[in-house]
Amino acid sequence: MLIKLTGGTVYDPASGIDGLQQDIFIRDGRIVEAPTDGRPVDKEYDLRGKVVMSGAIDMHTHIGGGKGNIARTLLPEDHRMDPVARTPITRSGNGHAMPSTYVAGYRYAEMGYTACFEPAVLPVNARQAHMEMGDTPIVDKGGYVMLGSDDFLLRMMTAQKDQKAINDYVAWTLNAAKGIGIKVVNAGGINAFKFNQRKLDLDEQNTHYEVTPRQILKTLATAVKELGITHPLHVHGCNLGVPGNIETTLNTIQGIEGLPMHLTHIQFHSYGTEGDFKFSSGAAQIAEALNNNPNITTDVGQIMFGQTVTASGDSMRQHANHKYASPNKWVCMDIECDAGCGLVPFKYRDQNFVNALQWAIGLEIFLLVEDPWRIFLTTDHPNGAPFTSYPHLIRLLMDRSFRNDMLATIHPEAQKMTTLASIEREYSLNEIAIMTRAGAARVIGLKDRGALSAGNWADITIYTENTDRQAMFTKPDYVFKDGELVVQDGQVVKVTWGTTHIVKPDYDLSIEKDLKPYFDKYLTMKLGNFKISDDEITEDGRGSLTAHPLRGEA
Amino acid sequence: MTEITEVPSPFCGIGTDDLTIHIDGVSLKVTANGCAINSPAFEQPITDTAPKINGQSVSLTAAVDKAAELLRNTQQPLIGGCATDVNGMRALLALADKSGAVVDNINFTAARRNLLALQDSGWMNTTLAELKNRCDVLLVIGTDLEGFAPRFYERYLWNDASMFLENTGRREIIYLGKAPSGDASTSPSGKKAAVFPCADTDLPDVIAVLSALIRKQPLQAQSVAGIAVSDLQVIADKLIAAQYSVVCWGAAALAYDHAELTVQAICGIVKDINMQDTRCSGFPLGGREGDQTANKVCGWTTGYPARVNFARGYPEYDPFLFDSQAMLNNDEADALVWVQAFNISSKPPETDLPTIVIGRSGMTFDKEPNVFIPVGTPGIDHPGHAYRLDNVVAIRLKKLRDSGLPSTAEVLHAIEQAL
Repeated sequence: MLIKLTGGTVYDPASGIDGLQQDIFIRDGRIVEAPTDGRPVDKEYDLRGKVVMSGAIDMHTHIGGGKGNIARTLLPEDHRMDPVARTPITRSGNGHAMPSTYVAGYRYAEMGYTACFEPAVLPVNARQAHMEMGDTPIVDKGGYVMLGSDDFLLRMMTAQKDQKAINDYVAWTLNAAKGIGIKVVNAGGINAFKFNQRKLDLDEQNTHYEVTPRQILKTLATAVKELGITHPLHVHGCNLGVPGNIETTLNTIQGIEGLPMHLTHIQFHSYGTEGDFKFSSGAAQIAEALNNNPNITTDVGQIMFGQTVTASGDSMRQHANHKYASPNKWVCMDIECDAGCGLVPFKYRDQNFVNALQWAIGLEIFLLVEDPWRIFLTTDHPNGAPFTSYPHLIRLLMDRSFRNDMLATIHPEAQKMTTLASIEREYSLNEIAIMTRAGAARVIGLKDRGALSAGNWADITIYTENTDRQAMFTKPDYVFKDGELVVQDGQVVKVTWGTTHIVKPDYDLSIEKDLKPYFDKYLTMKLGNFKISDDEITEDGRGSLTAHPLRGEA
Repeated sequence: MTEITEVPSPFCGIGTDDLTIHIDGVSLKVTANGCAINSPAFEQPITDTAPKINGQSVSLTAAVDKAAELLRNTQQPLIGGCATDVNGMRALLALADKSGAVVDNINFTAARRNLLALQDSGWMNTTLAELKNRCDVLLVIGTDLEGFAPRFYERYLWNDASMFLENTGRREIIYLGKAPSGDASTSPSGKKAAVFPCADTDLPDVIAVLSALIRKQPLQAQSVAGIAVSDLQVIADKLIAAQYSVVCWGAAALAYDHAELTVQAICGIVKDINMQDTRCSGFPLGGREGDQTANKVCGWTTGYPARVNFARGYPEYDPFLFDSQAMLNNDEADALVWVQAFNISSKPPETDLPTIVIGRSGMTFDKEPNVFIPVGTPGIDHPGHAYRLDNVVAIRLKKLRDSGLPSTAEVLHAIEQAL
C-alpha cells in the first residue's frame, strides 16, 4: 500500500523543515522517498492548506502504574461526570482527571499524539505499568524506571561501592523492569520518609544511610551517562511545591556538574519567598540557569485551573501537602523497600493567589527559556492538569493577546507578581513541533520517530490551519500511526496497538550474586520472579518491544 | 516426574513464591513450603475436561456458541465470581462491555468496607517488604491473621534478617477483637502476642475509644466491651512510641453492618499517628481468589473497582445497586455468567436464569448449569498475573503442566467474538 500526502505545509524540525509545502509518501508503515518506479499511489490525501507534523510525543505523563490506578479508584465522582460510551470500534470507559486506559489512548490519538512516556515506573510495580500501558491503545509507550529511594542503591552508596557496581545495578534494574530511562523522585526522600524524616534538602543526610540527595543524583546521572542511556537522568527534585525551593533547584543544576540531567515539572520547583504572601516567581532565575547550562533539559508541568488529582512517587511531599486535598481524601503508601506514592486530589483555582501564580510561573518559564529543543510541553498529567488541556496550553504559548486576556482574569495579587504581561514572545508552529515532536524524540532517544524524513515510522498528524490554535490542536484532520489512518476529524477510526520503547544497556551478570541474597533475605519475591520477561509484554498478541540504541551505537 | 521450584501462588493472597511442586503427568504435589491454603489448591485434581451443555459433554465450540446464544438478546446479564487472572479479567470486561453486563467480584461486599473508606477519606498503607523489614509493633484488629494466611508470620514477621530491626523476635504483636487461632504469632523465642478479645460487633466502640486515646481526647469510661480503657491506653502508647507500627485488619472478618465506618476509624488512627512525629501504616488483608486482580484490572479499564454495570453502554459504579446477589433476588437480571478459575467449591448462586459457568475443572453442581466450560487454573495450567493483597505488586504466575484446559481469557474471548 502506497499512500501519498499531497501538498501539505510541513513542519519537520528534525530535518530543518519549517513550513515547506511537500509531499510525503508512506509504504509498509514507514515514510519513504517519492517512488521512482512508476508504482501507482493506492491512496492520496489532498493536504493543501493543511499543517503536517509528525505525531506528538508526551515525554512525561502518568498513564500507567499503581498510583494512577489508586487515583482512579479514589475518585469515582470525577469519572461519573465524564462517561465514555462504547462504539462499534472502541471500548467504553471514563475520562477527566485520570482516565481509564482505553480512553487515555483514544484521547491522546484524537489530539494527534502517537507516543506517551510514563515517568514513574517503580521496579516492583513495573508489571502493572506495562499491563496498563498494554491496555492503552494506538499510542506507543515507554517508562522511566524509578531509583534513588530503593534500599539496595542506598546500601551500595553507604558501603561506598564503586561506580561500576552501581552502573551494573542500574542497568540490571532497567532490563528487569523494561524501561527507556532512569527517574529519580525526591532523591532519597521517599526512603527518608519511612524513617520519619519530613523534609530532605539537597545536602541533608538520610538519617539511616547518611547519604544526601546531591550524592544520589550525581551517582545516578553518572551511571546513566556511562551506560550510554540516551535519556538524561530524569529528576523530580527535592522540596517540590515548597516556597523558596528555587534555591534547591539552582543548587541541583550546579551540583550535577555538567552531567546530562532532565528536570521535570520544573514549575513546581521554581518558587521564591518574596511579596506579602511569601510566595513568588523564580521563573526568570530558573530560565537563566537553563539558558546557561546546555546539559539541562526540562519539562514544565504547567498547571491549569480546575479539578485534578496529583499522583506522585513523592510520598514525603504528598503527605506534607495532604492538607490541601480537595476533595478532602488522600492516600500515601510506602512500597516494598523500593519507593512510595501519594495521591492528593487538587482543585486549582484562578482566584487563589498561590494557584494563580503557579499558572503564571509555568508560562513564564515556557516563554523565557530560549531553546525549544531543551524544554517540553507537559502538565505532568494529571498533576498540573489532565493532558486534554494541551490545546489550550498551546494557544496560551502561541497567542499573546489570548494569554493576556486570561491573565487579566486571575487573582489580582498574582497578576502583580508576574512579568507575564510584558513577555512578548509567541511560540511559532515550528517551535511547537520541536517541543512536542522532534525535541521529545531526541531527548528520549527514540530512533525513527518524531521526524518526517524517509526511513522514519509514519506517525503523522495533520491539522487545518486556524488562528485559534486551541481549536486547531484539539481536532486534527488526520492522524496516521505506523502508516495507518487511526483518527479522522478528531475521531478514532481504527484501533491499533503501539509498541513499547526500551533500552537494554549491558551489565556484568555478577551483580546478581549480590542481588539474589538481598532478595532472599529482605524482599518478598524471588529474584527470578521479579524480572519481567519479554513474553509478558507480547503474549497477548498486541504488545511488542522496540529496543533503541545506546549512545555511540548505530 | 519433574520438580519446579520458586512457584508463586495465586491462592493465598500474600504472594508466596517459594513453593516446590512435583509434577507427575497432570498430578501436582507440593513438596516444600506448602500450607493449608496453598497445598490443597495446587493439588486439586483435574476431573472434567469436556465442556457440557445441560450436563451433556460437547465440544468447546458448541459450548461457546451456546453461551453466546444465551447472552445474545439479554437486557441485563450478570457476570459474577470474577475470580481469575489479569488476562481473564481483561477478557471478562471486554465481554461485559459488549453484552452490557454487570461485573461483580465475589469478594466485593467485603472489599466494599475498604473501598467506601478509601473513597470517602483515603488511607496510609504499606506493603509486605516494608512490614518485613520495618514493623516493630503490629496491631491486628478483628481478624485471625494466621487463619487468613498460615505462613504470614513465618515469612513476614519472624524472618531471620531484617534491614532495620536488630532482632525481629522482639516485635510486639497485639490482637484486638478476635484472638489468634494458633501459635504462629508467638515469636521463635517464645514471646506471645498480647490479646484483648471482644465480640466483632463491639469493635466499633473499641476502635472509637482507641481513636480518642490516640487523639488524646478525655474519656469518662473505664472499660469498653470488656476491655479496660487502661489496656487500650497501653496500645495507643505503644503505637505512638513505635518507629514503624502497622495496623492490620481484614475487611472480610468485619462482618457486621456499616463496618466501613470501623475501617475508616482505623485509617483515621493511622493518619493521626503520622501527625505525632512517628510513622504508622495500615495493612488491609485481601487478595484471595483474584479479588485484588479483579479490582485492579477493572480499575484501569473502567475507572472503578469491580462492581460496575455496562448496561448503558458505559461503565457505571454503584457499590450497592449492582450487588449481583441482590439483583438476582430482585429479578433484575436475565442471565448469569459465573467465572471462578481458582476454587471448585465456589459455585454460582442459585437461580432459574440461564446460567453459564466458566469454572475450574472439578467443579460439580446440584443443578447442572446450561453451559459449563471447565478451564485451567492460572499459575497451574497457564501463565498469568495475579495481584497480592498489598495493592501494588503483581506476581508472574507460571505454567506447571500441560492439561489442555483452555484459559479463562481464551473462553471468554471466544464467547465475546461469537456474540
